[in-house]
Amino acid sequence: MAVKFPIFMDSNSTTPVDPRVLETMIPYFTERFGHPGSRNHSFGWEAEAGMERAREQLARLIGARDPKELVWTSGGTEADNLAIKGVVEMYRERGDHIVTTVTEQRAVLDPCRRLEKQGLARVTYLPVDAMGVVDPDAVRQAITDRTVLVSIMLANNEIGTIQAIQELSKVAKERGVLFHTDATEAVGKIPIDVEKMGIDLLSCTGHKIYGPKGIGALYVRRRNPRVRIAPMIDGGGHERGARSGTVPVALAVGFGRAAEICREVMPEESARLAQLRDRLQDRILSSVDEAYLNGHPERRLPHTLNISFAYVEGESILMGLNKEVALSSGSACTSSTLEPSYVIQALGVGADLAHSSIRYGLHRFTTGEEVDFVADRTIDVVKRLREMSPLYELAKEGVDIKSIHWKAE
Amino acid sequence: MAYSDKVIDHYSNPRNVGSFGKDTPGLGTGLVGAPECGDVMKLQIKVNLDTGVIEDAKFKTFGCGSAIASSSLATEWLKGKSVDDALKIKNTDIVNELKLPPVKIHCSVLAEDAIKAAIRDFQEKWAERQAVGVQAQK
Repeated sequence: MAVKFPIFMDSNSTTPVDPRVLETMIPYFTERFGHPGSRNHSFGWEAEAGMERAREQLARLIGARDPKELVWTSGGTEADNLAIKGVVEMYRERGDHIVTTVTEQRAVLDPCRRLEKQGLARVTYLPVDAMGVVDPDAVRQAITDRTVLVSIMLANNEIGTIQAIQELSKVAKERGVLFHTDATEAVGKIPIDVEKMGIDLLSCTGHKIYGPKGIGALYVRRRNPRVRIAPMIDGGGHERGARSGTVPVALAVGFGRAAEICREVMPEESARLAQLRDRLQDRILSSVDEAYLNGHPERRLPHTLNISFAYVEGESILMGLNKEVALSSGSACTSSTLEPSYVIQALGVGADLAHSSIRYGLHRFTTGEEVDFVADRTIDVVKRLREMSPLYELAKEGVDIKSIHWKAE
Repeated sequence: MAYSDKVIDHYSNPRNVGSFGKDTPGLGTGLVGAPECGDVMKLQIKVNLDTGVIEDAKFKTFGCGSAIASSSLATEWLKGKSVDDALKIKNTDIVNELKLPPVKIHCSVLAEDAIKAAIRDFQEKWAERQAVGVQAQK
């Protein structure tokens, strides 16, 4: 099959809407456009039925017992904000301390920082090991009598490392602390069961699972324990008062359908993507010396691959590829800054290798031909850039680059 | 971020990539930047010791496309210039020529630093020889 350009391999930023999802959504823009809160006519009833079916579909995907445990939000960022700020406000008589990690998404880190700045919470940011894994013992030691929330992402959006959520949530539970996980990157990609995993709050989003942008959800446990959150948006009291605002029914319906498809195809799809990812990884690493895998070699998402290419800078690699391939050197949330990825830096690889990382995000529509093309183009570009890299030249001459006294700006 | 056509051109067809042999007469080398900052430029000039004119220039750069383009452009501009004129190249000239956006201005600053460092290195190593050469001409 001929490869069609440009190739999209940045699925950690977003995914295309699955045509089956779009098809399900369209009637909710036109004939079934009603407000789900309209209780007195069929337009409202139809909209509500669509929205509630979507809630059930999403509940099934994450193993929630009761669809009522899901609150629609505008996306993963709002869900994270609602979880963190909502818990801190609701439980302020119990305490004001949050435990999280340095490799969280900005949507978790920035609300934490704001709460710190406002004097509403104190936050412990736990480090990760060289593969991006959080140590449950570190969580245990960080929890104090004032801790109200532990927030640790299920899988990382840059390196794909999957955390030992069950162990981590157990530690929180032992101390009676609520456990939130940002699962925006993991939902729909790997099996999730909020019951088995002991998750009290879970954030997810539609657009990373072949659903539309503009819709996300926060899972809020209703039993054992019953978790309560203060709303961030006040108004008509929609979503049982947790999030006011008219639910965008068409988007919710799309999110639900996307969740349903993910659940159906997950075993086959994750195996296929993992195989393609390994093919990409093997092809690159066998042809390029001093290229390093970032993240955990086994405990990782099937669709994510992150490699640092020593002696060449990430953005220059992307520039060599971007006519044909859409890739990223890190999170799209932070790509407007010149800072290297804080996630890669947290692995302790050194800022130079952090500047050299490329993230490959495979998805439902990625083909083997695309993978081979991207691997070969990456190899070409890296080799070309190394020919013009003074660092590569020095290294080949046997000079230890760390021994040079660089005058940092 | 969209790149200007000139940045793309220099990135795709960099001018004067390479290194001179260590014993090249009239050689001056500037190595600026730091790997942790994501930019390192090595810029070399080969000065004619009799005329004081930069006969050739080469670069190698670790950095983004704009950093590569800035150093590539610098080598183009250096060739044929006297050392004194080369010192007059300003980072703003590079910004204007390549239409660098504000976040990439540091690439042009680094290129100017690299030019200055290469000239300083040349002057330290060859000042005496050059003086002799110039005198001999008179």
